[in-house]
Amino acid sequence: MVSILSRVKDVIKYSMMYACLTHCTFEYVGDFVVCNGPSMEPTLHSKNILLTERISTRFHNPRRGDIIIAVSPTDPKQFICKRIVGIPGDRIVLKNNTRPIEADIDVLVINKKQKVNEFQDEYVPRGYIWIEGDNSENSSDSRYYGPIPLGLVKSRVVCRLWPIKEARML
Amino acid sequence: MAFRKFIKSVLLGIPIGVTFLDCVGYVARVDGISMQPALNPDASQTDYVFLSRWAVRTCNVDRGDIVSLISPKDPTQKIIKRIVGLQGDVVSTLGYKHEIVRIPEGHCWVEGDHTGHSLDSNTFGPVAQGLLTARATFIVWPPERWRRLQTELPRRRRPIQIAKSASYYSQ
Repeated sequence: MVSILSRVKDVIKYSMMYACLTHCTFEYVGDFVVCNGPSMEPTLHSKNILLTERISTRFHNPRRGDIIIAVSPTDPKQFICKRIVGIPGDRIVLKNNTRPIEADIDVLVINKKQKVNEFQDEYVPRGYIWIEGDNSENSSDSRYYGPIPLGLVKSRVVCRLWPIKEARML
Repeated sequence: MAFRKFIKSVLLGIPIGVTFLDCVGYVARVDGISMQPALNPDASQTDYVFLSRWAVRTCNVDRGDIVSLISPKDPTQKIIKRIVGLQGDVVSTLGYKHEIVRIPEGHCWVEGDHTGHSLDSNTFGPVAQGLLTARATFIVWPPERWRRLQTELPRRRRPIQIAKSASYYSQ
């Protein structure tokens, strides 16, 4: 009887320990993400498995071109996977109108110094980033809901693990 | 040998502690006067509150809750405010660029109780609910201030129109 009890105690103790270790690794080092939806095609497809890291996002210095996982600003239970297009201080030029927008709007990122007059533009404010999906016809992103706060960014995509044939750094 | 055992238990203890802080909650000091009179009523002493992470695990918050969130302007900073409106509500603002705002999907309107001395949604607009990190449930220190924090909203700060259901935008 006693031996069974101590067995159970051991099992509970070890499973607790490993659960905590896993939590910490996934929360602070990196985790795996299965992506879903067409918004990042042709870079990422549905059901690809990605490895992400959470170390660099702690410092909150975004770089243009990084693919990130963020909490969706329109639904806090959902995560989105997009590419950073503009960082604070960048000027985003929305061709031919403002958001919320219809599908065919090209977005150009240009440096502060350049000057373009015929387009609607807005600056990315401090603490915010401008994100977009690679599949601009089929993606709801900053062109729809505006720049998102950096606090929503959870992790940065490092590489694709699955399918094996297409495994590579991103 | 005892030393090695000590190191081992520390290495195993850290993840357990961190997980506890992440899932259950932690105690934090409240700085500033933006939440007077609910928190820090007297400038000479600072309150310590228990921030419950467990309470926001399903993103289920209510109007009147005191919450801590990541500042949308500076992601390294956390702020503590009261929720005034949820998605779909119409709130009358105090000095925001629009006099009346319908809160967009997935966002909420947060304000400090100390109107006019608080950097809140009246400055930066509706905030994404994903920025909420925890709900303040108790004042734990100083001992004479120990109490549960009530979910209440001053009558004059209630939204002008409350969304009929939580899923206003999905209809």
